Amino acid sequence: MSIDKDTARRVAHLARIRVEEDQLDNLASELSGILGFMEQLAEVDVDGVEPMTSVTPMALKRRDDVVTDGDKQEQILKNAPDAREGFFAVPKVVE
Amino acid sequence: MGDISKLTIADARDKMRAGDVTSTELTQHFIDAIDAADTLNAYCAKTPEIALEQAAAADKRIAAGDAPDMCGIPLGIKDLFCTKGVASQAASNILSGFKPEYESTITTQLWNSGAVMLGKLNMDEFAMGSSNETSAYGPVTSPWRRDGSDAALTPGGSSGGSAAAVAADLCMAATGTDTGGSIRQPAAFTGIVGVKPTYGRCSRWGVVAFASSLDQAGPMTKTVRDSAIMLEAMCGHDPKDSTSADLAVPNFEAMLTGDIKGKKIGIPKEYRLDGMPDEIEKLWAEGAEMLKAAGAEIVDVSLPHTKYALPAYYVLAPAEASSNLARYDGVRYGHRATLESGEGIDDMYMRTRAEGFGAEVQRRVMIGAYVLSAGFYDAYYRKAQRVRTLIKKDFDDVFAAGVDAILTPATPSAAFGLGEMADADPIKMYLNDVFTVTVNLAGLPGVAVPTGLDSQNLPLGLQLIGRPWEEGDMLNIAYQLEQSAGFSSKPQKWW
Repeated sequence: MSIDKDTARRVAHLARIRVEEDQLDNLASELSGILGFMEQLAEVDVDGVEPMTSVTPMALKRRDDVVTDGDKQEQILKNAPDAREGFFAVPKVVE
Repeated sequence: MGDISKLTIADARDKMRAGDVTSTELTQHFIDAIDAADTLNAYCAKTPEIALEQAAAADKRIAAGDAPDMCGIPLGIKDLFCTKGVASQAASNILSGFKPEYESTITTQLWNSGAVMLGKLNMDEFAMGSSNETSAYGPVTSPWRRDGSDAALTPGGSSGGSAAAVAADLCMAATGTDTGGSIRQPAAFTGIVGVKPTYGRCSRWGVVAFASSLDQAGPMTKTVRDSAIMLEAMCGHDPKDSTSADLAVPNFEAMLTGDIKGKKIGIPKEYRLDGMPDEIEKLWAEGAEMLKAAGAEIVDVSLPHTKYALPAYYVLAPAEASSNLARYDGVRYGHRATLESGEGIDDMYMRTRAEGFGAEVQRRVMIGAYVLSAGFYDAYYRKAQRVRTLIKKDFDDVFAAGVDAILTPATPSAAFGLGEMADADPIKMYLNDVFTVTVNLAGLPGVAVPTGLDSQNLPLGLQLIGRPWEEGDMLNIAYQLEQSAGFSSKPQKWW
């Protein structure tokens, strides 16, 4: 499976990573190399094999549905690159 | 009283309790040693004030007779652990300036047991790498050098700072994390002991996530005994990590009897790789002989899907990483790119992530996005999850046949030079994990033990893989191997 320039552009967008147009060919060939390595998996017969979702069979614990945490606005905003009036500030989202 | 920098945790514990040395003395010694070793680049943040404060408190506890084993022990902490009020960046520019408002569960447990934090340790960015060269802080240089050469070598990765700091006596022990071999490979490269516990043994809460179904933290120490002591302090159920196991934590140190008579040790034939250096082959055979001489039974075993572990891992780990790393968007913490006029929120995400993530992290996030994308999900991600089931079943079958532990090489070679792999294809670097990655996929415990030197006098290690939750039994076999091998080499100080 080889990745072309358009796929590379699409993958970069999916990952929300800006890649300059002149870097896309390079990226495509790099990703193709790695995916080529993964092609080996096609050889494995997985008929009737369940996909693993949890390596250790265990039931998730439940707890009472009550508030156990909160009231930490200051701590939550402390590391924000831009926080104003108790909110995270971002560029305009809605036109 | 001799060179206190070379004390083990066990020795220091006993000496502090006997009043021969104080934690404050030990801590000050390490603070000075760290300041004199900047050239190794092992520490990315130093916390001498916190250390001395914790040491003074530890000395009080020891004097009062209320001292757990880890009390007063000076540690280095991998930068992947969130430590309250102290820079925690996962060696990434995208977390530049991040100082958590909370403390990871593991470090909380260590501080509660009286341990002392010397600082944060360098690593590969987001734990993605095998040479510590992807770090935003620059690579760590191993304290080890080849005979007659001053070429800078890698300490391995991703826990490269941890490995270098322990090997160079810049801390008594360190925390590491292991997603595909990131504790065991650097331990083997630097002649120390590194333990990756069973998945679920140590809480992941407050440890920056790479691939959540594979990540486990563990100790990196000078001896197997020290690993047993430190592991006990790190383990335990944590309601804040839903995959944390609610199991009693044994006294691992008490299980180190060295008696391994009748233990069945498996030698997996699939780990005998084409082109494996003779030195590794010999080391492995010698290790098996040592265990046999101590009364263990050596049996040939087969793990038929081994060959597919690396390709499966390099689908699953990037897939989980692309999902975990989606949170770095320039909104809540860390770096945010400066925008040009007219640019909107999507540009902010894309510029921030392009500037904040290094090349290897970008590569893996994009591979992850690709294998999870519509049309490819079944062919790659789903397929890899199925192969993972088969890899685990290989181990289940071997253990069901009565095997107690599996012996393998820890790495396919000794440490390589910094920059040596710069032009290599990324797959070549990924091959470093060939012996370790199966253990993460199967959720098993593994330990790297130094057992020999190569022809250039660099350390080589063997790996023992244990049954799930049987870290104690695994460490006891590792203890016997350590005693038999008698590895005592240290790097010559040149820094």
